[in-house]
Amino acid sequence: MDLRFTPEERAFRQEVRGFFEQNLPKDIHAKMIDGRHPSKDDIVTWQKILNKQGWAVPNWPVEWGGTGWDPVRQYIFLDELQSFPAPSPLQFGVYMVGPVIAQFGNEAQKKHFLPRIANLDDWWCQGFSEPGSGSDLASLKTRAVRDGDHYVVNGQKTWTTLGQYADWIFCLVRTDATVKKQEGISFLLIDMKTPGITVRPIQTIDGGHEVNEVFFDDVRVPVENLVGQENKGWDYAKFLLGNERTNIARVGVSKQRLRRLRELAALERVGDAPILENPRFAEKLAALEIELKALEMTQLRVVAAERKREKGKPDPASSILKIKGSEIQQATTELLMEVVGPFALPYAPEDEGDEHGHNEPPVGPDWAAPVAPTYFNWRKISIYGGSNEIQKNIIAKAILGL
Amino acid sequence: MDFDLSEEQSLLKDSVERLLADRYDFEARKRHGKHPEGFSPEMWRAYAEQGLLAVPFSEEEGGIGGGTIETMIVMEAFGGALVLEPYLSTVVLAGGLLRHAASAEQRAEWLPGLIGGETRYALAHGERQARYDLHDVGVQARRDGEGWVLEGEKALVLHGDSADRLIVSARTAGGRRDRDGIGLFLVEAGAEGVSRRGYPTQDGQRAAEVSLSSVRVGPEAVIGSPEGALPAIERVADEAIAALCAEAVGAMDRMHRLTVEYLKTRKQFGVTIGSFQVLQHRAADMFIALEQARSMSFLATMMAEADDPAERSRAVSGAKVQIGRSGRTVGQGAVQLHGGVGMTMEYSVGHYFKRVTMIDQLFGDADHHLARVARMGSLLAA
Repeated sequence: MDLRFTPEERAFRQEVRGFFEQNLPKDIHAKMIDGRHPSKDDIVTWQKILNKQGWAVPNWPVEWGGTGWDPVRQYIFLDELQSFPAPSPLQFGVYMVGPVIAQFGNEAQKKHFLPRIANLDDWWCQGFSEPGSGSDLASLKTRAVRDGDHYVVNGQKTWTTLGQYADWIFCLVRTDATVKKQEGISFLLIDMKTPGITVRPIQTIDGGHEVNEVFFDDVRVPVENLVGQENKGWDYAKFLLGNERTNIARVGVSKQRLRRLRELAALERVGDAPILENPRFAEKLAALEIELKALEMTQLRVVAAERKREKGKPDPASSILKIKGSEIQQATTELLMEVVGPFALPYAPEDEGDEHGHNEPPVGPDWAAPVAPTYFNWRKISIYGGSNEIQKNIIAKAILGL
Repeated sequence: MDFDLSEEQSLLKDSVERLLADRYDFEARKRHGKHPEGFSPEMWRAYAEQGLLAVPFSEEEGGIGGGTIETMIVMEAFGGALVLEPYLSTVVLAGGLLRHAASAEQRAEWLPGLIGGETRYALAHGERQARYDLHDVGVQARRDGEGWVLEGEKALVLHGDSADRLIVSARTAGGRRDRDGIGLFLVEAGAEGVSRRGYPTQDGQRAAEVSLSSVRVGPEAVIGSPEGALPAIERVADEAIAALCAEAVGAMDRMHRLTVEYLKTRKQFGVTIGSFQVLQHRAADMFIALEQARSMSFLATMMAEADDPAERSRAVSGAKVQIGRSGRTVGQGAVQLHGGVGMTMEYSVGHYFKRVTMIDQLFGDADHHLARVARMGSLLAA
């Protein structure tokens, strides 16, 4: 038992950090530090830089561009990426559909799609959730009916994150309604330019436009865009969701948010003293840092155990990571609300991708604008990816045997 | 980065767990607690025979050369069985001070008896006014020729009533709350002027109020620098906290398992109560608290050996906060989910709850350590 990183692992961390310092464009870095959204262009630019370095898709099989790093190095890379902070790769491609295609797709699909995902030539979005299928995902109703060389897709997907930019969507569709609900689902890749697709924005409580509804009206999808076998889509979805959970704690994100919180609490004064020197505040901050340290150790335990696990089988302990990770991320936004104080009030929605949207002078400190929107927006973290209550069901069943 | 135990460590874990499985179930513990000492002298001999008392001492001095990981293994197992014997007092606290502060001659003289199980020790450091402040020492040590005379009162000396020897901290210089001017003295429990009032503690263990009235000791009784013992005391307190964190994890783990077992067997309304989602979620919350505590126990174990005292204390304090908070979640949850039976003295779960509660009250509770972490700056720098 040795809980320190090895000298090689520490050197790797330095190498990664050094690369970020040299190569992340300064304007994108500044945006990330402020907690503003990177634009589509920012994300694409950064992904292409990572791709040139060979770090676009570390988690993939080596033959398709993976780095072959062991789980500890994968963790260090993400930890550095998040805490630097640099934009995270578009997860729908790199962590979701990419690994599914690499594992279950045919050669033609791999050759066509995987390099384009790694270089973010195609922007992918996820078509899983439906208005009637949230936590009970397998109850989904969007159907695909075979018609010659095509599937004809009808139905509706929702909560489609950044779908407004998407070139492609991967969808779970019902191809057999006569069997058990998990056994009649297929995994389809659909070009967003296909006639019959309509994308409608959903505005979230922070005022932002991040998620969408996607409607399918007699959308014709070539059968070669089926991944794997018909009616086996639920297996691929479980594989995908298992991959999603390995990074769900977002420890690096919380580290960066707490560092930022500390800086801002040292700047912002109440009376004659910085907020940071208020013992009540300092103790809340310390309590959160302790929780995050514990979570980081738990994350490392899961990562270390992963070296011995069968690939694609998620550790049910990752449910702990989801629950604590989301609670801590949300708590950082609450504490930042305390730091910003009354200057949380002005409502100035950020126009995504429009660098020149802020013509009005800021009210209060110049970092105040994203604080309240982030507090509201981050309530989503305990909802998406399997709500925290679902995660507790998983712990109760898969770990405790209840 | 590696969480696996070495082969020797696995053997140690197996052997201590086997010993406790054979001789320390809950009914046996009740019997052990009925001895006048409050624990079982036979079990103490068994620990000595198995080499458990030798764990942290170097091989040259008759030990097995273990570190904080080996101590964690023993303490976690002890927590799972609610062990009553004075391992923390003798091996971790007194043994720690002997390792870090005593001279080679002193260790050569004292360690064989400790490791062999013949001599039990207690640390007489706390005082009525000091609460959790390690530097607050009012007991006086005044020079008397070559030796010293000790005068004053020590409070809450763990296992102080049954110990053969006491390590007493006393002020040799400066004011009561000065960091400098604290010395450590080895005092025979039966020495003239020592009187002890023993009493049971909430968790079924024992402690004593120790009164020192013109107690004379020779120069050979001084452990380390007579004016500069505080750093060693602080270091040993951090090691003791790491050990207690492991004990608490062992106790919480057992308590949680008992609770899950109960949820699977207890029937109401015609079904096992574990089928109710509200109880499942509470059990999941307890599990999360337990695993977060285990993670911080690992961190404390690793950092208790750190060279930099500030880094060491910050991590150990962080762990103590987590253990205190998790202890409440798991302990209160375990009693609640057991219902009425969890309230009875006859059943084990309440005893685990009481032990983890008392662990929070030892060497600084969660609030004390939270304030310490807050004062010391970020725990996350690394």
